[in-house]
Amino acid sequence: MARFKGADFLSIMETQFTEEERMVRDSVREWVEDRVIPVVDRCYQEDRFPLEWKDELAKLGALGPGLVEYGGGDLSHVCRGLIYRELERGDSGLRSFASVMNSLVMFPIRAYGTKAQQDRWLPGMIRGEKVGCFGLTEPDFGSNPGGMLTRAEKVKDGWLLNGTKRWITNGTISDVAIVFAKTAEGIRGFLVEKGTPGFSAPVIRQKWSLRASITSELILEDCLVPEDALLPGTSIGLKAPLTCLSEARYGIAWGAVGVMEACYEEAFDYVMTRRQFEDKPLASHQLVQQRLSTILTETVKAELLVLQVGRLKDLGLANHAHISMAKRNNCEWALDIARTARDMLGASGITYEYRCGRHMMNMESVKTYEGAHDVHHLILGDYITGIPAYS
Amino acid sequence: MKILTLLKRVPDTAAKIRVAGDGKRIDPAGVEFVINPYDEIALEQALRVKEAGGGHSVAVLCLGTKDATKEIRTALAMGADEGILLIDGAGERDAAASAAALAAALSEVKPDLILCGWKAVDTDDGAVPHLLAARLGLPCVTLVTKFVLDGTALTLHREVEGAEEVVSVKLPAVVSVQKGLAEPRYTSLKGIMMAKKKTIAEKPGAAAEPKVRILALEPPPERKAGRIVGTGPEAVPALVKALSEEQKLI
Ligand SMILES: Cc1cc2nc3c(=O)[nH]c(=O)nc-3n(C[C@H](O)[C@H](O)[C@H](O)COP(=O)(O)OP(=O)(O)OC[C@H]3O[C@@H](n4cnc5c(N)ncnc54)[C@H](O)[C@@H]3O)c2cc1C
Repeated sequence: MARFKGADFLSIMETQFTEEERMVRDSVREWVEDRVIPVVDRCYQEDRFPLEWKDELAKLGALGPGLVEYGGGDLSHVCRGLIYRELERGDSGLRSFASVMNSLVMFPIRAYGTKAQQDRWLPGMIRGEKVGCFGLTEPDFGSNPGGMLTRAEKVKDGWLLNGTKRWITNGTISDVAIVFAKTAEGIRGFLVEKGTPGFSAPVIRQKWSLRASITSELILEDCLVPEDALLPGTSIGLKAPLTCLSEARYGIAWGAVGVMEACYEEAFDYVMTRRQFEDKPLASHQLVQQRLSTILTETVKAELLVLQVGRLKDLGLANHAHISMAKRNNCEWALDIARTARDMLGASGITYEYRCGRHMMNMESVKTYEGAHDVHHLILGDYITGIPAYS
Repeated sequence: MKILTLLKRVPDTAAKIRVAGDGKRIDPAGVEFVINPYDEIALEQALRVKEAGGGHSVAVLCLGTKDATKEIRTALAMGADEGILLIDGAGERDAAASAAALAAALSEVKPDLILCGWKAVDTDDGAVPHLLAARLGLPCVTLVTKFVLDGTALTLHREVEGAEEVVSVKLPAVVSVQKGLAEPRYTSLKGIMMAKKKTIAEKPGAAAEPKVRILALEPPPERKAGRIVGTGPEAVPALVKALSEEQKLI
């Protein structure tokens, strides 16, 4: 089968990546081309995340990268980024599953959990047998999670949780939810297991974006969890969840490049073959060429931006503002490119036979979650000026 | 047991092939190279034997240029333990000359089982397994579609015209595999990282005179564009006429 080679206009892949990094990219790409792309439009229409993807991701080694002591591969941050880029070239929902598992569930359990909590969850998650989710957002508190209403009250046998989380990826299929709640001292993280009385995770339907991903509510009604459900390393406040989000945002910034590549490929093929006016291909018109030129330029810029952030991260030098810049820029351009590509395909672009429309709809979520677009401007603005402007 | 699989670097079957300036070879510029897909099946089978336990090891042997390091590295990432690259000189190699170099190397390695694809998809000769077995004085079982190892007893199913043949073979032996035996795995990311630590030994490939020489390589003649005789049921008479009178097919 002819594999997607990418435009790689500036030979970035050949000159800026190591042999191993290219092999990582190739292996994930091969899996996505064989197992995801042929079925994803159908999954999307059926509002379904195929659970076999989870097992296959585990086999591939895309779950728990870096958690070597628990069975994960010894992968650099750049390699992780390449995984997300290839997954998202398939679908943002697939990348979301991996991001949540790796950055929002396994990462905090590893960083803030006890040895017992790590032993209980990490090996099974890396093998794809256990699923987790991350519950921070609430119906009334998204960009401002500090205002959350969910409460954890210290009682004799543990903690009593009350509240509602909304827009939680993987919620309904999770074996464990990481729930952030306000205690008397401040915000802390808790591990809430499926089946705990008072805990339910109904699915949210009627989405027209990220349909091949499960999005849920987490409802906690007098939900009693044991003492050791607390993630003890989560300091009081938002530092822990924000650190997790920074991890995930890094992967999203890479994923967006995958969307750009998918849309460029599709739009390019289409305009080269579709003929209008005097039997000339669409690509022969100046306005169409300008669009191709813009898409290609922005894709290359996004790729270089995220690669540099990745290299800094591997050196231990990346900070949250670097990641905010990459997340915001790359998601904005991925959405813009997907819309442009959709337009270039005319009526064909609104069908599931082509991918850019699905990517376009997905990117509306990706631009919104993990810190909405505007919020990343505020984060970078805060970093530049030292003057927070959130409220 | 020491299992060795042969591995050839070949152009991707989807690659657009152009003939090089000398008219005898393909131009490698811009062509993606991969592990010969049938060799990949052989490797997958070898890895399954190893992973089933029993302390087996898997080595891969490749006769090729330095560029083939990439394909050997991929085999190591899939799970092979070590690689051997026989550097091929500038001389021409037909199947016999290839088998001679492989046999020379194998008589040192002395594997218990040699697995390989039944043919390489570039030259499409399918002669190396037999020639190699003959040189090594080993039994050769070809076109295997099922592989059952019980201790040291090896039972193989092979494709024959309209039927399936079941044979047993004494080791050491050369076994060539056919599609359907084992679906090759995706290279695991962990495997890629572990492959860094494995070794690839390089030796010169023994020189040998080819018995067959390529005189010329030519692309197939370009196909003429199709002709649409019409659409719908009304076009049927014209189509029948074209097929019977012009093309003399019916
Ligand atoms: C498909 C999907 C999956 C998700 N998965 C998860 C998950 O797994 N876990 C989780 O915890 N959350 C998840 N979320 C929630 C997501 O993180 C929030 O939607 C996001 O933080 C934005 O919050 P909000 O929707 O409440 O929007 P709001 O905060 O109400 O923002 C609405 C708009 O106002 C803008 N805005 C807000 N504040 C400011 C300001 N100060 N200045 C200027 N503009 C501002 C925003 O940029 C946005 O454009 C998911 C969301 C989606 C859509």
